[in-house]
Amino acid sequence: MSKPTLATVWLDGCSGCHMSFLDIDERLLELAQKADLLYSPLVDRKDFPDHVDITLVEGAVSSTDDLAKIRKVRAHTKILVSLGDCAVTSNVPSMRNPFGVDAVMRRGYVENVTEARPIPCSVIPTLLDRARPVHELVSVDVFVPGCPPSADLIYEVLGDLIAGKPVVSGSRGRFGG
Amino acid sequence: MPTYTIDPVTRIEGHAKITIELGDDGQVARARFHVTQFRGFEKLCEGRPFYEMPALMARICGICPVSHLIASSKACDAILAVAIPANGARLRRIVNLAQILQSHALSVFHLSSPDLLLGMDAPPETRHLFGVAAAAPEVARDGIRLRQIGQQIIELLGGRKIHPAWVVPGGVSSPLTEEKRDAILAMLPDGLAAVERSLDRFRGIFRAFPEEIASFANFPSLFVGLTDGQSKLEFYDGPLRIVGADGEVVASHLQPEDYPQYFSEVAEPDSFLKSAYYGKMGYPEGIYRVGPLARLNVVASCGTPRADHELGALRAFAGSPLLSSFHYHQARLIEMLHTIEKSEELLNDLDILNPHVRALAEPNCEEGIGISEAPRGTLLHHYKVDKNGLIRWANLIIATGQNNLAMNRGVEQVARYFVRHGQLTDGALNRIEAVIRSFDPCLSCSTHAIGAMPLDVELRSAGGELLDHRRR
Repeated sequence: MSKPTLATVWLDGCSGCHMSFLDIDERLLELAQKADLLYSPLVDRKDFPDHVDITLVEGAVSSTDDLAKIRKVRAHTKILVSLGDCAVTSNVPSMRNPFGVDAVMRRGYVENVTEARPIPCSVIPTLLDRARPVHELVSVDVFVPGCPPSADLIYEVLGDLIAGKPVVSGSRGRFGG
Repeated sequence: MPTYTIDPVTRIEGHAKITIELGDDGQVARARFHVTQFRGFEKLCEGRPFYEMPALMARICGICPVSHLIASSKACDAILAVAIPANGARLRRIVNLAQILQSHALSVFHLSSPDLLLGMDAPPETRHLFGVAAAAPEVARDGIRLRQIGQQIIELLGGRKIHPAWVVPGGVSSPLTEEKRDAILAMLPDGLAAVERSLDRFRGIFRAFPEEIASFANFPSLFVGLTDGQSKLEFYDGPLRIVGADGEVVASHLQPEDYPQYFSEVAEPDSFLKSAYYGKMGYPEGIYRVGPLARLNVVASCGTPRADHELGALRAFAGSPLLSSFHYHQARLIEMLHTIEKSEELLNDLDILNPHVRALAEPNCEEGIGISEAPRGTLLHHYKVDKNGLIRWANLIIATGQNNLAMNRGVEQVARYFVRHGQLTDGALNRIEAVIRSFDPCLSCSTHAIGAMPLDVELRSAGGELLDHRRR
């Protein structure tokens, strides 16, 4: 039997959940024996694969790029895990929601610059009106809260999922901690 | 003139792109690096109490949260109008050094070692940390261990590895215990041995990349970094110095409060990442670099013996100031050595267990500026509060934005060197990624680039005709 396949995806978050994943340290090498990490910021692959058994997603959905990406990921993933508070609740990224995109962009590109120029708009994606949690856009199978979830928790959840054991959402980990 | 565009070059998860325009002669006329994510921290903090800022601003980046904690807390110290206890500053210095250590380990080992060890032209399927682990397990283990040591020091001091809330306005929230001090000291010899092994291993490897040294953002620019007020390496506090490409000091003893007089920023229409330049020289002539390479260029010495020995060897090979951004990698290893030596010195200070680590006060000023050296360069947080201490306005100058002009020029230089006669080869694509990676942009602070970047490149004519398409 071939090894289960893994992916990790990073939307609008700080990368802290990915860093917490790296904090499993030497167990990374052990994990690489048990499962194939097909797609991740850490490995060199361009397109999301046709089929992935387990995908961890960090971050909220904030731009048109994020939205296209999470839809594609969902369509090609068996078990989708919302990893960390930004994916689960949209957390810090959603703090921009009450201000609106225009006000947030003006602060960055009109008020806080030496010389006012047009707000960036070419080549780059468009921000959505609101940053939203992943499960508002696509169905999610497992929720792992935390800012970030600890390395031990990530390792434990991954271990259970790889072994085919059920993981009860929210039974481990807590918001913030 | 035929215009070719590489569009999009998706960085990690589509958050950055590179476009290249070719001239009539088939040579590269222009190349641009576009950062495609925006998070809005300067606005979303409005209305929050100032004392929440360090913990909130840490969420800008999970790679260097401690850097944001430090710069933010220093801005809040100014709002409190306090001089923090000496031992509070000492403990902040140690956690900041641990942050530099773990972040540099991530850059050198987890992200860049596949290029350096397996080669720029190695097959993408194995060009990652696990590929390195298969080819040279001791390198992967040293890298993982060095990052772990940095993270464990942060955890011992701050209670957790990522987003510790221990650095606070006025100092740190709890003193160091003897037990924890000894635990940290006990890890350092292991770290020292691992960095020295790595320097021995990589020194020769670095020299096997003469074309990359020649073309990876190798040009004159200004260099900016903190100093200790004399001419030694400094990460936590001290005046800024600006040095020119000839090594001459352009400006020194710059104070953070005066930053609008020397740091200027403009937005480009095609990137979310603003470009910083030295205001007195204008845009874009005021192009400067920050981070490990710049820090080593603005000082005479590191101030610790082993790091100084290595710096001397690098300067003997590459000259001084170091002009090629390829040398960022080796500069990073030298700084890692320094962080371990310096941490040991600070932990052995007789006053390190002093319980006075925090000054308590109400907000006394309506404005505060904090500056420090993050792994990738100088970081500045500037806040204005109302009389109750609620944030009215914030401005952040992030290291990666200060390298934006240099990264753009570097992308263009590599493209000119390796894209010839309109032909895009895999080797050229690899190297366009690698020059960006040498800067170790914390695009999480501005977008999200980490490690190997997926590339999906289309060459189009000015009329939109698809001329070439490559993926890997």
